[in-house]
Amino acid sequence: MDQAIKSNPTEVLDSQQMTALLVRVSKERDKQAFACLFQHFAPRVKSYIFKLGSDEAMAEELAQQTLLQVWRKAHLFDDSKAAASTWIFRIARNLRLDLIRKEKHFEYDDHDLTQIEDESDSPEKHLDRMQHTAIVREAVSQLPPEQAEIVHLSFYEGLSHGDIAERLDLPLGTVKSRMRLAFKRVKDTIGGTL
Amino acid sequence: MTIHHHLNDATLMAYAAGSVSESLSFVIATHLSVCSTCRARVAEMESLGGAELESQSEMTMSSTALDNVMALLDDDFFVEESKISKPVANSNIPSPLRDYLPHEYEALEWKTMAPGVKYFTLDGVNAGKGTLRLLKIAPGVTIPEHTHEGTELTLVLKGSFSDEVGRFKAGDIADLDDDIHHQPIADTDEDCICLIVTEAPLKFKAMMPKLFQYFVGM
Repeated sequence: MDQAIKSNPTEVLDSQQMTALLVRVSKERDKQAFACLFQHFAPRVKSYIFKLGSDEAMAEELAQQTLLQVWRKAHLFDDSKAAASTWIFRIARNLRLDLIRKEKHFEYDDHDLTQIEDESDSPEKHLDRMQHTAIVREAVSQLPPEQAEIVHLSFYEGLSHGDIAERLDLPLGTVKSRMRLAFKRVKDTIGGTL
Repeated sequence: MTIHHHLNDATLMAYAAGSVSESLSFVIATHLSVCSTCRARVAEMESLGGAELESQSEMTMSSTALDNVMALLDDDFFVEESKISKPVANSNIPSPLRDYLPHEYEALEWKTMAPGVKYFTLDGVNAGKGTLRLLKIAPGVTIPEHTHEGTELTLVLKGSFSDEVGRFKAGDIADLDDDIHHQPIADTDEDCICLIVTEAPLKFKAMMPKLFQYFVGM
């Protein structure tokens, strides 16, 4: 199996292929597909955890744990709801909070029986998740620097709004409004693309 | 029935990025379980996280990493405990709140906080220096006007209340900015039950309610 992996170590797989691989893991328990996902995502998860302030050994450990969870939870993956990268991001995020910050990150229940009907949630809102990651990434790269910085500090560095305000010496309200503007802008870009 | 008061985007972004505290994520997730609008928004924001992950530079894994993990794939592992609602829990209680209540709302051991106001503190969720509790407010009772130093989220579970911002019914969430003064009043003939998380002590405006603050412990 090691051989198979080494035969194409530098192949850059796009978001669509990643999601297709995860579907194979989910539906067929395909270990070869899992190995490909591992090769692609483990070094990125490690980097994500490392940048959030863990040492390299911990980042390595969490990257392995994250990918193990990918295998174990793959049956829960729904490709109509999220791209592989988004789903794996959520696992890495939650594991890190759980194991490093010792805090739980509570998840919502998509199928909760207590849901309150909302007619604004029309089917056409569901975007094509396959192309989604690339489009979102593009949209983020086009943000004005002061907005991109806040998205970056929030996602890459895991800072709370209060921490960001302190770091940048800005009022909390400014941080929050930039965050809102950034999201609105990304959303508008996505809306215009699909 | 529809939801009229949602989480604001800054709060949802913080949730998506994983930079909210455990108790805030608890209340946010409980609202998300009932609100498809906020769920759709948070899914968009989490895809920002996916894009961030995708654009990370790669950090070399140890040479044995893949073999280590592959060797574990066939192991039995305890199945992710599915969120089985407790038999006593009413399905009208959204998750994850449902999993942390021993009984339905009416059967909880409510404690008196002030005349007309009862509370139930949730165990099992780390609230740090803030608080996480259910409040039960009797009809017509007003919570004294206060401002917020930190974040406060109030999710209505049953009944309704009104304040300067508007009317909040089951499923609605008040996601207040720090500088808003508000004075909620339970505005129907039934008790209003809310899930409230605070991250820092509330500041009450007038002298008198300081006493109230003392009792309330908010």
